[in-house]
Amino acid sequence: MAPVGKPVTLFLQTFGQQDTHPASAVTKIMIECLLTIFGLALVAPFLHWALRSTTHWFLGAIVAGITTWLALQLPAVASGATLHAAFAWVPALGVNFSLMADGLGLLMALIICGIGTLIVIYAGGYLADHPLLGRFYAYILLFMGSMLGVVLADNIIVLFIFWELTSISSYLLIGFDHERAAARAAALKALLVTSLGGLALLAGLLLMGTAAGSYELNEILTRGDVVRSHTLYVPILILILLGAATKSAQFPFHFWLPAAMEAPSPVSAYLHSATMVKAGVFLLARLTPALGGTPAWQGSLVAIGAITMLVGAILSLSSDGLKRILAYSTVSVLGTLTMLIGIGTLTAIQAAVLYLMAHALYKGALFLLAGSVSHATHLYDADDLGGLARRMPLTAVAGFLAALSMMGIPPLLGFIGKESLYEATMTAASEIGKAGTDHYSTGWTRPIMSLTPLAVAAHMLLFVVVVRVGVRPFLGRSRPSAHPPQEVSPSLWLGPLVPAVVGIIGGLLAGNVGSLIVAPAVMAVRGEPHEAAPLALWHGLTPELALSALTLFGGLILFAARRRLVQAAASLSRLADWGPDAGYDRALATLNLAAKTQTRVLQNGYLRWYLLTVLSVTVLLVGYPLIEHMELPEIKNLSDIWHFELMLAAMTLISAYAAVRATTRLGAVAALGAVGYSVALIYVYYGAPDLAMTQFLIETLMVILFVLVFYHLPPFSIFSGRAARLRDTLLALAFGAMMTMLILTTRANQSQPRISEYFVEHSLTEAHGRNIVNVILVDFRAIDTLGEITVLAVAAVGVFALLKLRRSAKKEEMR
Amino acid sequence: MNLVLAVVVGGLYAAGLYLMARRSVVKLIIGLCLIGHASNLLIFVSGGLTRGRPPLIRPGAETLTAPYADPLPQALILTAIVIGFGVLAFAMVLIHKVYVAVGSDDLDQMKSTDA
Repeated sequence: MAPVGKPVTLFLQTFGQQDTHPASAVTKIMIECLLTIFGLALVAPFLHWALRSTTHWFLGAIVAGITTWLALQLPAVASGATLHAAFAWVPALGVNFSLMADGLGLLMALIICGIGTLIVIYAGGYLADHPLLGRFYAYILLFMGSMLGVVLADNIIVLFIFWELTSISSYLLIGFDHERAAARAAALKALLVTSLGGLALLAGLLLMGTAAGSYELNEILTRGDVVRSHTLYVPILILILLGAATKSAQFPFHFWLPAAMEAPSPVSAYLHSATMVKAGVFLLARLTPALGGTPAWQGSLVAIGAITMLVGAILSLSSDGLKRILAYSTVSVLGTLTMLIGIGTLTAIQAAVLYLMAHALYKGALFLLAGSVSHATHLYDADDLGGLARRMPLTAVAGFLAALSMMGIPPLLGFIGKESLYEATMTAASEIGKAGTDHYSTGWTRPIMSLTPLAVAAHMLLFVVVVRVGVRPFLGRSRPSAHPPQEVSPSLWLGPLVPAVVGIIGGLLAGNVGSLIVAPAVMAVRGEPHEAAPLALWHGLTPELALSALTLFGGLILFAARRRLVQAAASLSRLADWGPDAGYDRALATLNLAAKTQTRVLQNGYLRWYLLTVLSVTVLLVGYPLIEHMELPEIKNLSDIWHFELMLAAMTLISAYAAVRATTRLGAVAALGAVGYSVALIYVYYGAPDLAMTQFLIETLMVILFVLVFYHLPPFSIFSGRAARLRDTLLALAFGAMMTMLILTTRANQSQPRISEYFVEHSLTEAHGRNIVNVILVDFRAIDTLGEITVLAVAAVGVFALLKLRRSAKKEEMR
Repeated sequence: MNLVLAVVVGGLYAAGLYLMARRSVVKLIIGLCLIGHASNLLIFVSGGLTRGRPPLIRPGAETLTAPYADPLPQALILTAIVIGFGVLAFAMVLIHKVYVAVGSDDLDQMKSTDA
């Protein structure tokens, strides 16, 4: 049976029926867990205010409870069930708030909540003196809830919203020390890169949803054949890949991750090694049943992953800061994971799941450890540290365990992870060839064969990393330092120690981990139950073991020669001028420059330029269609025009022209008055006596006011040149002509019935008034008139205040 | 008759806009006035023109007999005239204050907020 066909029955069996029934008690708890974390995020600052120094233990206990509940669901999920919960969210758009926990989602959820517990506790110690610790709890819990939403989402809209929420909370956390410019810049960099990818992801998800005919993931995943054969498959793949690659810091978007090390250590451990950066990898794994297996998928993922793996490993050499070294090694590991998902064989997916787990444990531990060490010594560079084992024994134990796991030494989980990675790269070619009749493509044999040496090389380099960060600081002579190091408080050594110990337990209980955690996750990705050999710590003397030994040996040699290596890496860093990081800076600078120029041009501060811009655009946009569709029925019967009307029109226009040409203020005011009286005559002539009366009155007042005020102003002067006047004349005439055409077109196309008939009919019967205009103003539309009076009152208050201002200013002068 | 008034409205708009594009504040205000007239007339013409039939119900009659001038645009314009006057009164006092503060009626001299 084809791998895609199988999930249909599987999904229907497990929760197809639950859709029609109310959510069971178990699945309801899933939603409640999510809401609890978001609720805690809301109240965290107040909790911290109330509980002070015990907040982190309290919060940690709650998150640990959620972790326990998730762990209790493992047996059920391992037996093939999928937890599913949903309620209608935006029914009008067909968007459901639906969650599902299959093997993959549950594994990620366990990592998020398990490490999250330790992070919350660790943060309480690490940031104990920070004035904004309460806010930190809020941010980190917000992130935890969002990340949990990403891995449990069943609807792609829900997935996307949580995805963006992780970007936003990452921004808040990286920029937590917002008074440092470097932290702000790093936060912005991470936000811009990941949210640009997020936009691409949204487009990709929507296209995929349209192609599959559903926004529910569990349905999309069963329709892989439809999606893969859709004409939009390649755009969908590119867009989703952009989202995943930016989030998971894949080359060439890797540069935001090292910069994000400006964040406090617990944030780096949690977001930027254990969870958030895995979201992209998670997404690729999640969508494998829908998108995976095509040559495009395999080629792009394997290429991007392999390049990222190598670039990250090489760049980790050229850094000094403990956290930056770790960040580049994380980039390398993320590349490895992408590569494994791209290969997509059973062994590769199993290796990806194992490697992801092992990495979350040891890298989280190493980051926390780096934080503890820096917290205790106030030193940040790897080469400044030494001999800490005696002073900080528990931290040192955690460091050694994590380091051994990362090196891949039995019996730690990292050993199994690396063994299965090598097995996957070695067997990939033959497995893909075997499945060639399936949707897995052939023709990739040779490039995939070369992945093994690449992976070995990258891991030799990573060996140097782990020795520099996890081993060296604790051995050798202790360095003289201004702050004599002491063992840190329990909350600070607990964080690194627990995941390190879990790493060794996981390695020892490999069989149980395999059946309970790894197998369900692999099944969720592959979409079929598999018959892989059960996991075991010891496989006997296999080629993978030989490769592991080779890696250790090579790593030791590289470590011995690290000074020369660092020099070589430093000379490589000259290339950085053309790298993506410099490209980001240049792009941002260009964007800012363009925005500034654009603002300077458009918002130049000259009223007339605004006016002219708006007018010319209006003339173009309105005038063109008017000329296109002009109908002029009225021009035909010119005999309808009376002489009196012509005289009135001429009087108005001549007065207006006189106002324009006036050389004295008084002349202009007189001409303006003439325009007003002419308009009033037009009102009289066309049956609007009320308008005419008001116009006469107001016009008279206005002229008086003008004369009073203008008496104090200087005489008219012509400021603008001949060219400017000509330009303004032309534009003004064009606008006037456009308005004329607009009126004629409006008059020629009147189709709406007149509203006035209602007023005319009811004026006397209901409002008892014979002057309909007055009745409209004071009765039908009385509230409008009230508004009008208010405007007048406000204007009067303004005038009064301005006049008053003058007087008080004079008073000040007199003093 | 629409044609004639349409031309008048266009001419008033042209004159008003030309004045508003000047650098002198006084011309700006006069231009604003002209545009006010133009806009009132625009509404008036758009509502349809009827010669010499004001919307007044004669004593003894129950309702109007067609044709009569449309009362609705008139009500709108009446509001507009009054509000326009309020705005202009405020603008005039304002530019007077500005002239006292800046010492010029040239808009280009008014770019600094510190005067």
